[in-house]
Amino acid sequence: MPILEFTLIILVGSCFAGLLGSLTGLGGGFIIIPLLTVFLHVDIHYAIGASLVSIIATSSGSAAAYVKEGITNMRLGMFLEVATTLGAVTGAMVAVYFPTNLLAILLGLILITSALLTLRKKAVQVVHQKNILAEKLKFNGSYPGENGTVEYSVSRIGGGFVMMLFAGLLSGLLGIGSGALKVLAMDNIMRIPFKVSTTTSNFMIGVTGAASAVVYLQRGYIEPSISMPVVIGVLTGALVGSKILVKTKSSGWLRWVFVVVVIGLASQLIYNGLIGKI
Amino acid sequence: MAAKARFKDTDMQVVIGWVLRIGVIVSVSVVFVGGVIYLYRHGGLIPNYSKFNGVPNFVQLHGLVNGIINLRGRSIIQAGIILLIATPILRIVFSTIGFVLEKDYLYTGISLLVLLIIIVSSISGHVG
Repeated sequence: MPILEFTLIILVGSCFAGLLGSLTGLGGGFIIIPLLTVFLHVDIHYAIGASLVSIIATSSGSAAAYVKEGITNMRLGMFLEVATTLGAVTGAMVAVYFPTNLLAILLGLILITSALLTLRKKAVQVVHQKNILAEKLKFNGSYPGENGTVEYSVSRIGGGFVMMLFAGLLSGLLGIGSGALKVLAMDNIMRIPFKVSTTTSNFMIGVTGAASAVVYLQRGYIEPSISMPVVIGVLTGALVGSKILVKTKSSGWLRWVFVVVVIGLASQLIYNGLIGKI
Repeated sequence: MAAKARFKDTDMQVVIGWVLRIGVIVSVSVVFVGGVIYLYRHGGLIPNYSKFNGVPNFVQLHGLVNGIINLRGRSIIQAGIILLIATPILRIVFSTIGFVLEKDYLYTGISLLVLLIIIVSSISGHVG
């Protein structure tokens, strides 16, 4: 297969990944890495590098829109970025010592977990309980809701911080945004309203990705000829997805399609990792 | 009353929104141009990425600059990718400035800490 054909396949696949990723709010990395490694036999380090670059692009692109709407909690994001970048740098540093098949198995397991996490119900929660640390750190905020401004408070900051270290570690190790984990930490531990947690998570993904990308870049794991179709494809798909989202609500069946696709791909990753083909 | 414009969170949101948007547009355009050149020159060759091929020479700055001057596709794509990676980092720089203008020294410190982590990581990343 010549480079032109190889590039076009990645471009179409990434476009599809970006579209599904933006419609379900999970990002494209989920499909990109299995596509590159299992079907195109690309070294998993190259796949992780390309995925990292694409999540920086989509995160920055959509954060630009969210930040202006005033939903993102910038101070909370900035504070938690201390944890995610520390985790990410550590993850990227140790990734080189991981055998590729172990990376594949681990990634497969994380993908399945994250996909299943997106299926859980999102209850609208707003906590008003006072938290001294949250006040000191100026986390308590408000966002424009459907019926006027919604005020909220933030709880259990220490627990959230530790979870973010872990989310960053996985992001640096596996080249994913680990958005599902970040949202989980903010929803379930810090009790932040879902709208704020998703946009703030997305806001942090770019910086988390950049912290590990600087390491991958110097290792030569970010191969331009692979990253090029991935970035352009994912960004195009995500852009189309966001236009569709404005017209229709993210539907339940689409989420299921995504979960099934991800579980299928992740199983391939785990299988190939187990038999040592990756 | 003299309109003494104080820098607020909403101003910062607008600035950061633009930094991110321009960063993505510029870097992806550079990647696209590099991609066209690369495919034009090498589209017919056979790719080989099943094993890690070692650190390419455009990872070093002089190699990158040389590649761009010679209009090498992969070097131009690489430059675009570096701009893309720099975009969220630039976002932190701008929020640091914003927090200084707001006289929010706690968050100036937190932003600088994040920046420091990334800088240390980019210096010490050169292992393999």
